[in-house]
Amino acid sequence: MSTPQPATTLEITLTVNGERVARRVPVRQNLADFLRDTLGLTGTHVGCEHGVCGACTVRVDGAIVRACLMLAVQADGATVVTIEGAADDGAYGNVIADLRREFHQRNALQCGFCTPAMLLTAAELVVRHPQATRDEIRAHLSGNYCRCTGYQSIVDAVAAVCRASTNS
Amino acid sequence: MSSGAARAKSPIGAALPRTNALRLLSGRGQYVDDLNPPRLLHAAVLRSPYAHARIRRLDVTAAAAAPGVARILTGRDVAAVCDPYVGVLQHVPGMQSAPQWPLAIERACWQGEPVALVVAATRAEAEDALALMDIDWEELPAVTDAETALNDETPVIHPQLGSNLCFERVVAAGDVASAFAQAAHVITAEFNTSRHTAVTLEPRTILADFNAADGQLTVWHSTQVPYMMQWIIAHHFRLPETQVRVIAPDVGGSFGMKIHIYGDEMAAVAASLLLGRPVKFVADRLESFVGDFHARGHRVRARMALSKKGDILGVEVDDLYGIGAYSGYPRGSANEGLQVSNLVCAAYRRGAYHAVSRAVFQNKAMYGQYRAVGHPVACLVSEGLMDLGAVQLGIDPAEFRRRNYIAPESYPLQLAGGPVLEQLSQHEALEKLLDLMNYSGLRAEQTRLRQQGVHRGIGLASFIENSNPSAATYGQGGVSIASQDSCTLKLTATGGIVAASSITECGQGGYAVIQQVVAGVCGVPFERVKVVLGDTETTPMGGGVWGSRGTGICGEAALQAGKALRANILAFVARIKESETSLFDIVDGNVVDAKSGTAVMTLEAVARTAYFRTDQVPKDYQPELTVTRSYAQKTYNGAYTNGIQASYLEVDTDTGFVKLLAHWVIDDCGTIINPLLVDEQIRGACVQGIGAALFEQCLYSAEGQLLNGSLMDYLVPMAGEMPDIVVGHTCTPTRTSELGAKGAGEAGTAGASAAVLNAINDALRPLGGAVFSLPVTPESILRALQRLP
Repeated sequence: MSTPQPATTLEITLTVNGERVARRVPVRQNLADFLRDTLGLTGTHVGCEHGVCGACTVRVDGAIVRACLMLAVQADGATVVTIEGAADDGAYGNVIADLRREFHQRNALQCGFCTPAMLLTAAELVVRHPQATRDEIRAHLSGNYCRCTGYQSIVDAVAAVCRASTNS
Repeated sequence: MSSGAARAKSPIGAALPRTNALRLLSGRGQYVDDLNPPRLLHAAVLRSPYAHARIRRLDVTAAAAAPGVARILTGRDVAAVCDPYVGVLQHVPGMQSAPQWPLAIERACWQGEPVALVVAATRAEAEDALALMDIDWEELPAVTDAETALNDETPVIHPQLGSNLCFERVVAAGDVASAFAQAAHVITAEFNTSRHTAVTLEPRTILADFNAADGQLTVWHSTQVPYMMQWIIAHHFRLPETQVRVIAPDVGGSFGMKIHIYGDEMAAVAASLLLGRPVKFVADRLESFVGDFHARGHRVRARMALSKKGDILGVEVDDLYGIGAYSGYPRGSANEGLQVSNLVCAAYRRGAYHAVSRAVFQNKAMYGQYRAVGHPVACLVSEGLMDLGAVQLGIDPAEFRRRNYIAPESYPLQLAGGPVLEQLSQHEALEKLLDLMNYSGLRAEQTRLRQQGVHRGIGLASFIENSNPSAATYGQGGVSIASQDSCTLKLTATGGIVAASSITECGQGGYAVIQQVVAGVCGVPFERVKVVLGDTETTPMGGGVWGSRGTGICGEAALQAGKALRANILAFVARIKESETSLFDIVDGNVVDAKSGTAVMTLEAVARTAYFRTDQVPKDYQPELTVTRSYAQKTYNGAYTNGIQASYLEVDTDTGFVKLLAHWVIDDCGTIINPLLVDEQIRGACVQGIGAALFEQCLYSAEGQLLNGSLMDYLVPMAGEMPDIVVGHTCTPTRTSELGAKGAGEAGTAGASAAVLNAINDALRPLGGAVFSLPVTPESILRALQRLP
């Protein structure tokens, strides 16, 4: 009897930006590549593929994760939100819209490569800890590299949304 | 400034949010890796694991048979379709380098040099096949220490060159020997800057699509310079330029790193030409560290002669830096040394001057231009010497600078070595900075805290930065890189304006600059101006973005194009109204009576008449509602900007950690088109300079192995470590253009490292330690304090 070969592909079913998605995926494929290459959700960016730069950040079951450090098969059954669907995602969605407006007003982005992930990361802070101090905002964003802005306008934008959120 | 630009409602100078940022905020940007045309193939690169090694055998048989593999290209395969290149500038006397091919042939000269390209259906399959490549290496001795690269016993990397010297330059003025002989004080120091790299968040990416049916090659490229790439690709692959189209879509950061020729990218182009299919190559982060150009890595010995009362009598500079095994192509690896030898203490009355800069080949990653090119090194040396001089004389460092700045009435002033400083605002910038940061208040706080055992430091750094470069940078060196830029304006059928410009957008705000200048000059709402960038087929010819030139040069082209279109519109209206051109104006997108402001015609009506109702146009009159204007800065080698930065920080003398408390910048970039763009770009540039001061370095082993080639190990500044950066301005428009704008993108990087180094040494001074090598690590601070052996 021959030894069973390990599977090289698996069926997964998940919800992405509110839509049910079923695909057969290579077991070695990471979630970022699945979202980008298979689903065409290219707003998730790949900057380092080793979990440092944060450009591939997406939300999985309500928590922000590095999509380059998670296999697509691990997202089987999960609910995934990317930048393309983030503005439609309930309470988070409103925060994303507010953040976009403040980022835009303050030019808190230049090349934009880090921006989708920065918005998702920032939204988590605004929702969970809107009283965050400036230092806390800086600490929270430290898993997302931006090489263009110097961070200050990003911190300003997040602080503005935090303020508005605690005032309302 | 034109009357159009001076209008009260002009968007020139307004802090307007960028129109093209909305796409990026929505995840609807389009970077090269987001493109996946039909029949796309993916490339992966076999790289040399050794700094220097001969390829004894390269057998691709097994890899070629792997699943999904379409083609494997070796060095010889690519050399058959691509001519080699040599990265020398003809106007740098004695500069030499060896011919380089996209993929190594017979011998690899740095760890990471591309050796073979595997093209497969997916990137994963291409990488699988890489593991099946059968290659036998014979390791050769590697040259890895710039200090000994020219010694007799060191092997010569390219024997045909006769030595490892790429070039040596001497700049001399006045009698340095007698200056030092007369000096009351002589300051001597050796400064070291680390080799570091740009780390654009979007790695280098290229997608080449050769259509054999019509012979057209389309290249989507994450680049700053589409026209340079078009010329290079056409030239080296022996194609007519008209068959090569280069498109730079959204570019995820560039910082000068994306203006060079990379072998892996050229090999991907070769693969598409040979296969007649689209081929994409994306450098992953690990290969970026060994594949991207590096910069800096200078050792500078410097001396300053001072009179008893503190005048600078002379400056002597000995600069040595190790480049890669080849001088970079097409821009060469000389520019850092040229800037260092020109610019040490150039903001001051520096007296007699003698500078030597030498670049040597070594078996390390390619080396060349990165944001602020050489200026951070020159600034570090200048400002480090100034602080040491102030200490020696017992003068406050601000006062010492004030005494030695070039007098405002001395400009324009030609420096030894060639560059002319048109007009700097050093005195004004210094006073503004001291006021902005409350310098005397901080000094008092520093003194008070020292008594409590808290060690804070204040560091100043004046900087100058070349911008708006003329043909002196490349064209005169025989390099086919445009120093002019162009802007084409077209009145649309409904009265909008499409502006096609030869600069590109890598996030700096080129789109907004063109939009605001054109809207301001033409008198139309800025939302009615659409900008087209980054495509050799749809934009006019020009140099792209590098050297702090986009706004200063292409902004001027846009200004002149706007004036021309406006004049043509008004002349046309005057003709059909049988009146005088001068009696009309354009305000808010409408042609109005110049005196009363009463509406005469909408721009839509103007366009309709010109395009659809030519029966209403006089038979002898043809309105031209598409215009192009070009501009090149030809007065000086460049329009120098200036400013000053200050850093305030605290050193933990037990751990050696540095906490940045605040940073200030006064920058003079002349006319500002949009302060939102300028200020945050200055901050980002400062952060890159701070990164160089405290974190960033490419660490090599003695064998030439990069030891920290991942983002886990190579430290990039994070939000939590960076201070708030307060930006202010002085404004000295350049008289070389009507717009008056100078560059703003690099100056922050030029000055930040020096400000931080000076602040650290200011903090350490009462403790008796000093540091002069970047990055300043906790370890180096503890060593300086003699708390580590």
